[in-house]
Amino acid sequence: MSERLRILIAKPGLDGHDRGAKVIARALRDAGMEVIYTGLRQTPEMIVESALQEDVDGVGLSILSGAHMTLVPRVIEGLREAGLDHVKVFIGGIIPDEDVPALKGLGVAGIFGPGANTQEIAGFIRQQLTEG
Amino acid sequence: MELVTKALAGHRYALARLISCIEDDGTDARASLAALYPHTGQAHVVGVTGAPGTGKSTLVNELTKVLRAQGTTVGVVAVDPSSPFTGGALLGDRVRMRDLAGDPGVFIRSMATRGSLGGLARATSDVVKVLDAAGFAVVLVETVGAGQAEVDIARTAHTTVVVEAPGMGDEVQALKAGLLEIADVLVVNKADRPGAAQAARVLEMVIHRNAFRGGTDDNVWRPPILKTIALDGSGVPEVLEAVAAHREYLQASGTWAERERARVETELRNVLQQELLDRLMARVGEEQVRAWVERIAAREVDVYTAVQAILGM
Repeated sequence: MSERLRILIAKPGLDGHDRGAKVIARALRDAGMEVIYTGLRQTPEMIVESALQEDVDGVGLSILSGAHMTLVPRVIEGLREAGLDHVKVFIGGIIPDEDVPALKGLGVAGIFGPGANTQEIAGFIRQQLTEG
Repeated sequence: MELVTKALAGHRYALARLISCIEDDGTDARASLAALYPHTGQAHVVGVTGAPGTGKSTLVNELTKVLRAQGTTVGVVAVDPSSPFTGGALLGDRVRMRDLAGDPGVFIRSMATRGSLGGLARATSDVVKVLDAAGFAVVLVETVGAGQAEVDIARTAHTTVVVEAPGMGDEVQALKAGLLEIADVLVVNKADRPGAAQAARVLEMVIHRNAFRGGTDDNVWRPPILKTIALDGSGVPEVLEAVAAHREYLQASGTWAERERARVETELRNVLQQELLDRLMARVGEEQVRAWVERIAAREVDVYTAVQAILGM
């Protein structure tokens, strides 16, 4: 049995900067994961649907628009409604410190800001996903 | 087994879980496939293959849109390569399939090749069976960006669409063996770019020669060459007409059953091969194998002698 970690990388919302998402997707690929990359302008509904069809272990959201407090709860709620409670959610982007406790409270497993080391991110995500 | 029952009843997450189980060759994978098998054989399996960047994903997106407009349900299996070094993969076909979101008549699954070299993953044909059994009327299989030798799709699909784009090489490329020979429908995508007419002409010439080899009677399928601009959907309905015509041809000529048998035979041989190898390796053990590798690398013994010795053990 060769079970591989699968993770969805998506950019919800309307900002058009996907450099960070691509860098992370590449880093996770290099860390041996199967990365499903959906690209720009995904709605929370689209993200949940892709996560379901692809049966992923985790979802990584790249948000630079400042809309994280609207988008992240909708993704997490959607995952729950779809019966995907076990899917871990990670966020990358510009997230002000004061929002971190609220996001963690929603169940976000990891938050990564600018300058975070991609190898460390990959290591952290792997550990989170294999912990079950 | 519960997954099979639920997946057959249209439960989408059960379907996704079942696909993972089969992809990972997990517990119950084989029992599940056995339970599914009687429900398969309904879908028209259509392969879409071609070099990287010719527009396969975009074409699959457009084909699915037109099929959905006709009320046909569509399963999509999109294969991308795994890294031979890390085993990781970047599966990016969904980027071009945004339009299909939110439609319960569509199910898209990305697959990594996980070491297979023929343009598909080892489990792709089994995943196709799952979507077939789940009731999707057409299953589109998009291969990895294929070069010249990735022709496994012809054994998996009933109809193979080969996508070309202008500027991919001269006549000599088109004359080489491989991808073009497996085409049932040929598409020159990006037809708005310079060189499209030239590309179509070259293909026309090659295909005619292939067709002569197959005989000149009316019963031979001649792959049509169609021009598309997948980005705006131009020419896509015509591709689907050709795909449907090919299906009719397969059924009317008896080739459908013939292809089905050829597919089953390949599958049987592949599974037998894998199973025998697994069993033999379990008996021989990794340590023995490593010892032989050392001896062969040191030129003490050649590979054929080593195999004879291993099989004789």
